[in-house]
Amino acid sequence: MKSSGKLLGMAVALAVVVALVLATSCGKQPPRRGAARGGGGASDVTAAALATYVAPGDLDEYYLFYSGGHGGQVFVAGMPSMRHIATIPVFTPYPGTGYGFDDESEEMLQGYKWGDSHHPGFSETGGEYDGRWLFINDNANGRIARIDLRDFKTKQILKVANISANHGSSFVSPNTEYVTMATRMSVPIPLGTYADVTEYAEKYKGVVAGIKVDPEDGEMSLGWELLVPPFNYDLGDAGKGPSEGWFFWTCYNSEREFIEGGKLEVTASQRDKDYILMVNWRAAQEAVDSGKAQTIGGAPVLMPEENPGVAFFMPLAKSPHGVDVAPSGQWIVGAGKLSPTTTVFNMDKIQKAIEEQDFEDTVDGIPVLTYGAVREAEIPVGLGPLHTQFDGRGNAYTSLFVESAVAKWKLPPYDDMSDMSQYVLDKIPVSYNIGHLVTAEGDSINPDGNYLVALNKLSKGRHISVGPSIPESAQLIDISGDKMRLLYDAFTEPEPHYAVTIKADKLDPIEVYKKDDPDWPKNPNAIWTPEEARIERQGDMVEVWLIAVRSFFAPDVIRVNRGDTVRVHVTNIEQTRDELHGFAINDYNINIVADPGETKTVTFTADKPGVFAFYCTNFCSALHQEMQGYLLVK
Amino acid sequence: MKDFFHDLTEKLDEPLTLHGRIFVLIAALLLPVTFFTPLWHMDFWAQQYPEGLRLFIYSHALVGGDDGNDLVEINVLNHYIGMKELKPEDFTELKWIPLVVGAIVILTLRSVVIGTLGSVLDVMVISGYFGLFSLWSFWYKLNAYGYQLDPKAAVRVDPFTPPVFGHKMVGQFEVWSYPSPGTWLMLGFGLMLVAGLLISWRQTFPKPAKSSPKRSGEEES
Repeated sequence: MKSSGKLLGMAVALAVVVALVLATSCGKQPPRRGAARGGGGASDVTAAALATYVAPGDLDEYYLFYSGGHGGQVFVAGMPSMRHIATIPVFTPYPGTGYGFDDESEEMLQGYKWGDSHHPGFSETGGEYDGRWLFINDNANGRIARIDLRDFKTKQILKVANISANHGSSFVSPNTEYVTMATRMSVPIPLGTYADVTEYAEKYKGVVAGIKVDPEDGEMSLGWELLVPPFNYDLGDAGKGPSEGWFFWTCYNSEREFIEGGKLEVTASQRDKDYILMVNWRAAQEAVDSGKAQTIGGAPVLMPEENPGVAFFMPLAKSPHGVDVAPSGQWIVGAGKLSPTTTVFNMDKIQKAIEEQDFEDTVDGIPVLTYGAVREAEIPVGLGPLHTQFDGRGNAYTSLFVESAVAKWKLPPYDDMSDMSQYVLDKIPVSYNIGHLVTAEGDSINPDGNYLVALNKLSKGRHISVGPSIPESAQLIDISGDKMRLLYDAFTEPEPHYAVTIKADKLDPIEVYKKDDPDWPKNPNAIWTPEEARIERQGDMVEVWLIAVRSFFAPDVIRVNRGDTVRVHVTNIEQTRDELHGFAINDYNINIVADPGETKTVTFTADKPGVFAFYCTNFCSALHQEMQGYLLVK
Repeated sequence: MKDFFHDLTEKLDEPLTLHGRIFVLIAALLLPVTFFTPLWHMDFWAQQYPEGLRLFIYSHALVGGDDGNDLVEINVLNHYIGMKELKPEDFTELKWIPLVVGAIVILTLRSVVIGTLGSVLDVMVISGYFGLFSLWSFWYKLNAYGYQLDPKAAVRVDPFTPPVFGHKMVGQFEVWSYPSPGTWLMLGFGLMLVAGLLISWRQTFPKPAKSSPKRSGEEES
């Protein structure tokens, strides 16, 4: 009896345990942590594999140019394979191509060790990408750079006065007349002026600028600057079609304050609405040309109150990021990241409001257009809308940072304004926390409407682990059908912000600097035969004309005295593609790389005595290891 | 036998007929075209040269493909095995071949205007000899390049003759060497001469069935 009671007790206990286990395993469960895939969006594997597989030897259909963020570079990948193909160093030295080590690129870097590249923009002709140049901004140091797409090299870095943290850049007008620059973090101007942050509202200034681009050689120069209130100018876009002639920038912190310890994230989120700034670049240039600008920091700066008609504000849901002009140019789409909507503005209404002076306010001499008069619609796309792209079929795609998704929605016209959620057509989850997105040729007047790349800030668990410094993710999405389909996950080094794509056949890069190609300026220090190779001394300056060719240098011995200034002109006399030669001097912190037919110059002081080997760093041939010489410093 | 040569010599003194002259004229016009087109070409292919390398031999020039760069590339590769640099100026053939071709054109035109059957035969013999000599000369040159390798070269290979006609493996390269349009034009030149000669011969000396008028002709003289 006693034992049976014990048995009963055990049975009851067991039943209770079983019941508890059952209860906890039924009903709504948190999703299990996905191990291999890390959860998030999945794809139809077979269809995705077929759509993205580029067989060995085959070529991709598109180039994808990613900004490299605080890496300061631009990454080049192929789409749809998403294979990383090359890195173009822009604001950061890059020993891989010798960038920042030879005299010319070192000078171009202006002493900076890094930059923060954010928004690449193609040159355009008639609103279409023309494949000539790629512009890229430096968010850190008020600079903008131009890459020549004939040889994929950075050709110019322009530092512009009064611009602090150039974020609203590089957005290009439809015929590449101008590319934008804008201050994200207002400071007193000219740069170098001191004013305490308690004087933020009065002494700190925002500046937006139009950078003129020479139509022949792409050379950039400052066209005009416009003084604007001390807001944070964020993203921008160039008008086209009916909006051609205007640049648009979003701005946040229209509270115009920076309270010490007050957290900008809080203080800049108090007002319900911030603004889109729109600037008429023709009017701005005319005002500068007719002498209406003040000179600040050496730059022509326009004051809005002295130049009516140049700039206007449009109210937009608070803390906006993207402002994007639809391919037609009629719809301007703004997204306030703290509001679950995008707002569509109608360019016709904007022009009418300007004409009729339908202003609801004026801020520092800039009229604010009446919101209700210019807004076409608000679309409830989802949480944390950041940036919008287009497919050329009347649809828009907005990245949702908070929701980790992309929303596809229909652009106007709308027949039924009672429930705008009906115009949100599809949504796809992305992994994770998407920032920008880019559609194929999405900034042109003719987007291709087949691919979209989601540029995600986080990628946790979607790749084999590389420790805590986790790369960014870029996901390829097929947007050719009604439903978006996830195709591929790619990963990049820190940290792409925006990217742009161009049809591969629009570019025709050279692969060799041909000896007598009239398209390239001749380098006066180029030599083409071993007989021309020589060393000349003038005082304590030793100048070397050196050739590199498989698999030797001529000369291969350079004798100098300690303290001499040594200048070496290295010409790679190869005319065969992919025969690159490096020229590195051990312990002298020098590594330059010359492409076939290229001449590069490096100047240094021979301040360390001894014997230093120099050698070819770019593997060139079967006897590459033997491609070596000596620098003798007496 | 003696009669045959006597007969032949006499016959060859006959002037060309109009039809014959037209063919010889065509021959004379074909030859200058060879200046503008290569006589021979060599194609090189290896795994790491997917687009191949090409070398074109003109009567007056040695030209690499890819705007001349293929010749530079071939020389860069050859220096590893100690082969002398292929320099167009070292090929004396490129100087005398155009001269000889020009002379043959003049001789051919001379035959068109004041030529006898014999003069056409002369041109044929001279140009045939010249053609074969040129071929041999190129073969000899290539042979010399292939055999006179620098003994201190980085890569030691057995001496070899690059292919003059056909396909051969040379190191990692597959090499094809074949005539180009210039050579076909020269061959056409030869055929036109043969045609001119034969037609004139046939028209001047009809077949034996009609041999009586010829004999009567002889009697008259």
